[in-house]
Amino acid sequence: MAYDKFNILTSTAVPLPLENVDTDQIIPARFLKATERKDFGVNLFRDWRYNSDGSPKESFVLNNSVYGGKILIGGRNFGSGSSREHAAWSIYDYGFRCVVSSFFADIFRNNCLNIGVLPVQVSAEFAEQIFDAIYKDASTELEINLPEQKITISSTGASESFEINSYKKENLTNGYDDIDYLQNIKGDIETFAKDLII
Amino acid sequence: MSKTLFDKVWDSHVVKSIEGGPDVFFIDRHFIHEVTSPVAFLGLKNRGLSVMYPERTFATADHNTPTINQHLPVEDPLSANQLKTLEENSKLHGISHWGLGHEKNGIVHVVGPENGITLPGATIVCGDSHTSTHGAFGAIAFGIGTSEVEMVLSTQCIMQPKPKKMRINVNGPLGKGVTPKDVALYIISKLTTAGATGYFVEYAGDVFENMSMEGRMTVCNLSIEMGARGGMIAPDQKTYDYLEGRSQTPKGDAWDTALAYWKTLKTDDDAQFDKELTFESSDIEPMITYGTNPGMGIGISKSIPLSEALGGGEKATYKKSLDYMGYHENDAMIGKQVDFVFIGSCTNGRIEDFRDFVSIIKGKQKADHVTAWLVPGSHVVEAQIKEEGLLDIITEAGFTLRQPGCSACLAMNDDKVPAGKYAVSTSNRNFEGRQGPGSRTLLASPLVAAAAAVTGVVTDPRNLL
Repeated sequence: MAYDKFNILTSTAVPLPLENVDTDQIIPARFLKATERKDFGVNLFRDWRYNSDGSPKESFVLNNSVYGGKILIGGRNFGSGSSREHAAWSIYDYGFRCVVSSFFADIFRNNCLNIGVLPVQVSAEFAEQIFDAIYKDASTELEINLPEQKITISSTGASESFEINSYKKENLTNGYDDIDYLQNIKGDIETFAKDLII
Repeated sequence: MSKTLFDKVWDSHVVKSIEGGPDVFFIDRHFIHEVTSPVAFLGLKNRGLSVMYPERTFATADHNTPTINQHLPVEDPLSANQLKTLEENSKLHGISHWGLGHEKNGIVHVVGPENGITLPGATIVCGDSHTSTHGAFGAIAFGIGTSEVEMVLSTQCIMQPKPKKMRINVNGPLGKGVTPKDVALYIISKLTTAGATGYFVEYAGDVFENMSMEGRMTVCNLSIEMGARGGMIAPDQKTYDYLEGRSQTPKGDAWDTALAYWKTLKTDDDAQFDKELTFESSDIEPMITYGTNPGMGIGISKSIPLSEALGGGEKATYKKSLDYMGYHENDAMIGKQVDFVFIGSCTNGRIEDFRDFVSIIKGKQKADHVTAWLVPGSHVVEAQIKEEGLLDIITEAGFTLRQPGCSACLAMNDDKVPAGKYAVSTSNRNFEGRQGPGSRTLLASPLVAAAAAVTGVVTDPRNLL
């Protein structure tokens, strides 16, 4: 699945400071019944976002018009639980291109990287600074600079560097995915498979 | 150089290492089901790719399937469409497919081992986080996303950085009523749901050595709930005895060759782990969860912990969790209301779990107000329940047995817990709404679930054994 190339993203952000946000909250299992990838964004955080009659829950941040943008700021241990890539799809389809947290669950992080959502892991202190800045002024922008691996809070100028392996970084900046790479080394894979016991 | 069990299996499956990046990692066995595979097949179609080794992929339907009247058409059109899509994709690409109604159908992590598809030293993936189950056989097994399902279908490889290594040791005898589920819930309660993130776990010590293969599967299944990608246990005679003669295991000379290799799959004495933890078996009692993640578990005789020691963000999350459950700090768990009981899932849907359940309910009656779902993990488990005479005891006690599937574990099929109701569940996740919007889940062992089913409230199973 092709995705937009990621280079430098400057945007306001949506704060969701809860910890251990699991993928069942990001998208409940009953919305995983599609056979194509289409419109998962409408059910992002479905049960936190809507009442059972379909009316919006006013208190949930996605229903608060003060906050918006292409960056989601989550609490610690974001994306735990199920391996459903639908969680990453729903975040992308909603319009987010980057999730910031002080800690990500493994599979969710991988899934994001595979579909063009950049997971940016920051220190707990820097995450607090981001929340503070956004709560003080919702129009605060963050700059996510992938080539320089740096995240900056525009209103305060505070910044921190983040990790990403060079292979994934190249993929994201060029819009490539792993299948492109793997297709090119199929000969190596065939040779390798010949010697396997099982 | 000394190696861990994990190193030995991982290193022997690296096709190529990318500098500053992941390994190209070869997958021996790939399981697929109806929910996380259709978009991967669509990806193949859009790119004009074929399946490289169809004989290495195995399809079964489990998440969406109803657990009664499986001979009738599936009512929900979306579920029916996913099931049909899996069947068509499997047929098109020459992949073995055990769909609804097939004699080998069942939950993917139950039927894999049962048929000997799961083997020691193998690398196994599936678009399902509980793929970690297969680590019980000394395999490296973990869940992947749909993009990776597409990679495995088209190239039999995924791109993975090698995780760090953790060993968890538990030694000593287990107390009365303490099962593998309790051991796992205890470890998760100590580590939290993020405590093993970034690691692959090896379980060691006589507690795991003494477990049956079913018990080991329960433990490895729950590895993901502490954040680990997977967990594994070194294969031993019990592993080989379980596997020998199963339909898909190697036969004759191939068995001997494989067995000789499997016997080398142990952590070397002086091999190093990035982290090592040790717990005492005597500290573990039957466990139950009180919150909305699997790390929020306590001994069943204990009270809900206080939030005093927690920091700001943590405290808010903790309070939100207890509010959702309708519980308060310092509440005792014994005596809490129970409306539903679920025995089943890839965690506790095997024969041993039903034997445990029956050991408690035998000669008693289901509590009137409790709705109980007893769901075998596969048709093979269902047949065993009947052969061993367990079904008669189940029926006499006022319970009914359903047909195999994921059932009430994840609210994708008809088995859903209504909003506000409490379910004691042998499954693996107690997240908000996991068993249905607004449902409240208490994770526990089959013994604790059985005790709740006959008394109608949270009850210490040790008093009924």
